[in-house]
Amino acid sequence: MPAELTQTVDLKALKEKARSLRLDVLDMTTKAASGHPSSSFSSVEILTALYFGGVLRYRGDDPHWPERDRFILSKGHAAPALYAVLADAGYFDREELWGLRQVNRLAEGHPIQDKLPGIEATSGSLGKGISVGLGHVLGGRLNNSNYRVYVLLGDGECEEGQIWESALAAAHYKADNLTAIVDYNKYQETGPISREMALEPFVQKWRSFGWHAEEVDGHDIGAIIEKLKAVQRIMGQPSVIIAHTVKGKGVSFVEADYTFHGRSLTPEQAEKAREEILCS
Amino acid sequence: MQLGEKAGLRPAKPMRDIFGDALLELCRQNPKIVVLDGDLSNTTKTLAVRHEFPERFFNIGLAESNMVSIGAGLADCGLIPFITSMSSFLLCNAYDQLRLNIAISGVNAKVVGSHGGITLGKDGPTAMAIEDLALVGGLPTFAIVVPCDPTSMHKAVQAITEYPGPVYLRSSRVAMPYVYTEDDCPFEIGVANLVRQGTDLTIIGCGIMVPAALDAAAMLAQEGIQARVLDMHTLRPMDTEAITAAARETGAIVTAEEHLLHGGMGSNIARIVAAAHPVPMRFVGLADTYTDSGDPQDLLIKYGLTAEDIGQAAREAFAAKR
Repeated sequence: MPAELTQTVDLKALKEKARSLRLDVLDMTTKAASGHPSSSFSSVEILTALYFGGVLRYRGDDPHWPERDRFILSKGHAAPALYAVLADAGYFDREELWGLRQVNRLAEGHPIQDKLPGIEATSGSLGKGISVGLGHVLGGRLNNSNYRVYVLLGDGECEEGQIWESALAAAHYKADNLTAIVDYNKYQETGPISREMALEPFVQKWRSFGWHAEEVDGHDIGAIIEKLKAVQRIMGQPSVIIAHTVKGKGVSFVEADYTFHGRSLTPEQAEKAREEILCS
Repeated sequence: MQLGEKAGLRPAKPMRDIFGDALLELCRQNPKIVVLDGDLSNTTKTLAVRHEFPERFFNIGLAESNMVSIGAGLADCGLIPFITSMSSFLLCNAYDQLRLNIAISGVNAKVVGSHGGITLGKDGPTAMAIEDLALVGGLPTFAIVVPCDPTSMHKAVQAITEYPGPVYLRSSRVAMPYVYTEDDCPFEIGVANLVRQGTDLTIIGCGIMVPAALDAAAMLAQEGIQARVLDMHTLRPMDTEAITAAARETGAIVTAEEHLLHGGMGSNIARIVAAAHPVPMRFVGLADTYTDSGDPQDLLIKYGLTAEDIGQAAREAFAAKR
């Protein structure tokens, strides 16, 4: 595992990586017979772009490297996807993945800070990621560090009041090294966002809070990398990338049924899902 | 009669001023300390830090939830955040954040709630913290510290900074007299201080109820009852040894706190006494009620939190020994 990933991006390899991460999520949640596979599937390309697309600076063998970029999974229910990524990035052995949600193992149902190496913040109660990230920004200024901070939010999560408290504060503190990414898969637990608690006009909300906002196809790894790098040049304000995604991406019958939000696939469904993912 | 007068204690400045002085002093010594404020620095007395160390002071505004999570992020950077506001706003508004980002994560953050108890007085029950100790008691990795006088507040601020992990410190708007002098104030987190010798029963107090307990002990002495008084400045980790020794050696215990009886210091002491060495106990604290707004002294009298109330409870506990 190279200390810092600076090699030129090989999109074909990254697509292959995303496929294998998606399979890991499937296997982990099926074995655990529990978890949030569809919310994890929608985040896979975003995480692939961050960790393997030359965006995040990190050292898998030195999780507390002071100059590392910070990644905070605010939508903690996508923990399986994060664990799969961290294992692949060399933070810990893949064996840990198969202990997901099991007693006496480390891969908790939602991420617990430092329980496994590379977990930057506890999450699972929603709405807190930007705030914690802003703490890292302010601390970095005092420590004369120049890392960047990335926070992955869910769309339903943006119904939490703290998101907008922290959006206000990040703009106030001109946190231009802070980037939020919203996995906008259009569904919350009980149904379509537009029906349950509409977020639109979403991009305008962020802009009116003083953020630089961009939209992207959240499954186009190349486009995500491009946006993540482009916003690094934005000065004086934080950035948000609204990533349009598909809940359950990669498995047709999960994409078609939002009730997979908090439930795993049966072993039979998992076999069918595996075939679809392998063929995608 | 002034609090502490019967016991011959010197009067002092309000506890929040003492906290502000101690924090400023500590900021001068330790560059890792940062202060977060919920736009109440003039009332929590962190304003002097803002003036002297503007780069280490963050007014997060009227957003306690955001403030607590930002504090957790600062702690992750190796800094020592003092997250300050009025107790009721901090604990009630940001409980989820205290639990997730600080308690479960086990980060090294110091949460200071000022205006603890009912003695903030005239702002009334919406601003009072009568449940803060119970709430923070529900966050198992938090140490809980409630100083009872200026000297121990000074030492507490130092001690919680050195303590590795989450701490809740209760500060108050009210003045508390000097229970200690600089030389006779040992302050170790988790070790109760014996502030009066006695063999007939033990009064265990925290915060303002410690000077009140000393007043009560002075009254009881005139009746021939010698009360031991313990300053239980740390509610967690609780000094089980001192409590057990008090039960065994004095045979009766009265607890006194400016907090709801439900879930406060007394109920936790009772749990220890019941398991280790059951003796008669009485509990001075707030019954299941919200109080009026009013002058602190009037409120303490109306809701039964005076030296006289402690004295009466002590007589009952002492009588129950026989």
